[in-house]
Amino acid sequence: MNRDLKASAPTDSEIVLGILNNSEIVLKRLYTTYFPMILQLIINNNGNEDEAKDIYQEAIIVLYNKVKSGEFELSSKLKTYIYSVCRRLWLKRLSQMNRYGGDIRDFEEYLPVDDEVEKHNDRDIQFNKMEAALQLLGEPCKTIMEDFYIHNRSMQEICERFGYTNADNAKTQKYKCLQRLKKLFFQQK
Amino acid sequence: MPAKAEEVIFSAKVKGVLKMSENLILELVDRYLNGEMTAAERAEFEILRKKDANVDSKVIEHKLFIGLIKQYGERLELEQRLDAIHSEIDVHSLKEELMIHPNWIVSLWRHHHSKISVAASIAIFAILSTLFFTGKLNNHDSSFVELKQEIGKTKDQAKLLDRKLDGLIKSSNTPEKSKITNPGNFRGTGFALSSNGYIATNYHVIKDADSVYVQNAAGESFHAKVIYTEPQYDIAILQINDDSFKDLGNVPYNFKKSVSDLGENVYTFGYPGGEEVFGPGSLTAATGYHGDTLNYQISIPVDYGNSGGPLLDDKGNLIGVIRGLQTQVAGAAFAVKSAYLLKTIQNIPADSLSKSLTLSTKNTLAGLSRPQQLKKLKNYVFMVKVY
Repeated sequence: MNRDLKASAPTDSEIVLGILNNSEIVLKRLYTTYFPMILQLIINNNGNEDEAKDIYQEAIIVLYNKVKSGEFELSSKLKTYIYSVCRRLWLKRLSQMNRYGGDIRDFEEYLPVDDEVEKHNDRDIQFNKMEAALQLLGEPCKTIMEDFYIHNRSMQEICERFGYTNADNAKTQKYKCLQRLKKLFFQQK
Repeated sequence: MPAKAEEVIFSAKVKGVLKMSENLILELVDRYLNGEMTAAERAEFEILRKKDANVDSKVIEHKLFIGLIKQYGERLELEQRLDAIHSEIDVHSLKEELMIHPNWIVSLWRHHHSKISVAASIAIFAILSTLFFTGKLNNHDSSFVELKQEIGKTKDQAKLLDRKLDGLIKSSNTPEKSKITNPGNFRGTGFALSSNGYIATNYHVIKDADSVYVQNAAGESFHAKVIYTEPQYDIAILQINDDSFKDLGNVPYNFKKSVSDLGENVYTFGYPGGEEVFGPGSLTAATGYHGDTLNYQISIPVDYGNSGGPLLDDKGNLIGVIRGLQTQVAGAAFAVKSAYLLKTIQNIPADSLSKSLTLSTKNTLAGLSRPQQLKKLKNYVFMVKVY
C-alpha cells in the first residue's frame, strides 16, 4: 500500500470490517479522517480542542460498540453518523454547562441519534460507578479484580504476583474482593 | 476411578448448596460461566439452577456484573488506544486551519464589546447632558422669544377693576353697551385686514385658545373666531363675529407685495403692556433669525404683547407682522414679511369666509405726519385676548 492510498479516506465498509477484526490501522485511519470535522464543529461552537477530543472519542466509542454488537447497518454515511452523534453530545454538554445560546453553527448534515446517545450515556453512568467502586475497593483487591476479570489472568499468575502461598488462599481472597466490589457498586445510587 | 470420585464429591457439594459458603457458589458460577465444567457437572448444575431460584438469580447477577467489569476494561483499553492515536495528531495547527476567523471588526467587537458599550453610553450621556444644560435640546430657541404676553394675576385684577369702571362710565354715558371682560390669559396685537372684521395676528398668540376676543382702542371687546392659521408662517386670521361690531370703514393702509429695502424707517403700533404703544425703528436685515427668509430683522423697541402687530413703513404700507425678538442682541426683533401674509390670505379656503375678504388697495396714510397716521391707524389695531 503506498502512502497516498493510506492517506485517503477509508471506505465505510473497510472501517466496519476493520473494527470487527480489531484492526489497529483501520481504527487509526478512522480516527484521523474525521477528527478535523469534529474539531471544526466544537471550536466554532464555543468549545476548545480538549472538549473536541472528549466528544469525538465518545462518538468513536459509540460507533465502535455499535459495530461490535452487530447492530450497525450502513444505512447512512459513517461521516454523517459520527457528525450527528458528536453534534448531539455537544449540544447536551453545552446545555449542562449553560453555555448553549440556542443556536449551533453546523458544517454537515445530520441525523437524529438521540436514542443511541441516551444508551451510551446510561452505559457511561454504569462505568463511572464501576470506576468509583474499584477506587473505593483499594489494593490489592483492585488489581486482583482487574487481573482476573479484565486481563483474564489465571489464578496461578495472580498467586505468584501477590505471593500467596497456595491457590486456595488466593481464591478466597478473590471472592472476598468480589463480594466487596459488588457491595460498593450497588451501594452507589 | 478418579473422575468418578470427583463427580461424587461435586454432587455432594451441589446437594449441600444451601450450606455452602457464598464463595463456593461464586466459584461454581465462575467455572460454569467460563465453561470450565465437565459435561456432567454442567448438566447437574443446570438442574440445580432450575430447581433453586436463588442459585439461578445468583448466576444471572454474577454474569451481568462480570460482563460489566469486562466491558469497563474494554472501554478503558479502547480509550487508551484512542488517546495514543490522538497524541499523533497536530491539533494546534489543525485548529488554526479550521477556526472560522471573523473579520477584524467582528473580533474587535467580540473581545471588547463591553468596553465599547460602556464608552458609547458615556459618550451619548455626555452629549445629551451637554445639550440639555446648554438648552440646545429644547425646541424653543432660548434666544428667540415670541412676544405673546402672559398676564400676571394681580395686574389682571387691577386692570379688571379699571375696565369695569370704564365700562360703567361708558354704559351710563352711551346707550350702546359693549362687552367688558377680563383681560384674558394671553395678549397680543392684531390688525384689521378689511373693514368687515377680518383681523390678522400671530399664530403663536392664539394657538391653544379656547376663545378669542379682540379689543379696540376705545376699550370695546368683540368675540372673534379663528378662521384660518398658517403655523409655518406664524400667522392666524380671525374674524369678529359679534353683533355689537360695526363696520370699521376703509382700512387706511395697503399691503406691500414686494420686499422692502434695508434702512427704511418702519414703525409699529400695538398693545404690549395693555396700553397702546408706538414703536419707531428701521429695517435692518432682509432675513430673520439664523438667516431665515420668512422674516425681516428690524430694530424696533418691542415688548411682550407686540406679537401680531402691524409693521408699517413711512408711507403707510403694511410690510410685515411683528413676531419676536432675539434676546442676545439688543434691539433685534423680527417681523413676518407681508408677502407671507398675503400668501396666507390666498390660502384661506373659500368656505371659511362668510363675508368677502377684500384687502384695501388704497393708502390713505401716505403723506400724513406720523401722529396723524397713528390717529387713523389706531382704530384698526386691536388687542387680542385669549382665554
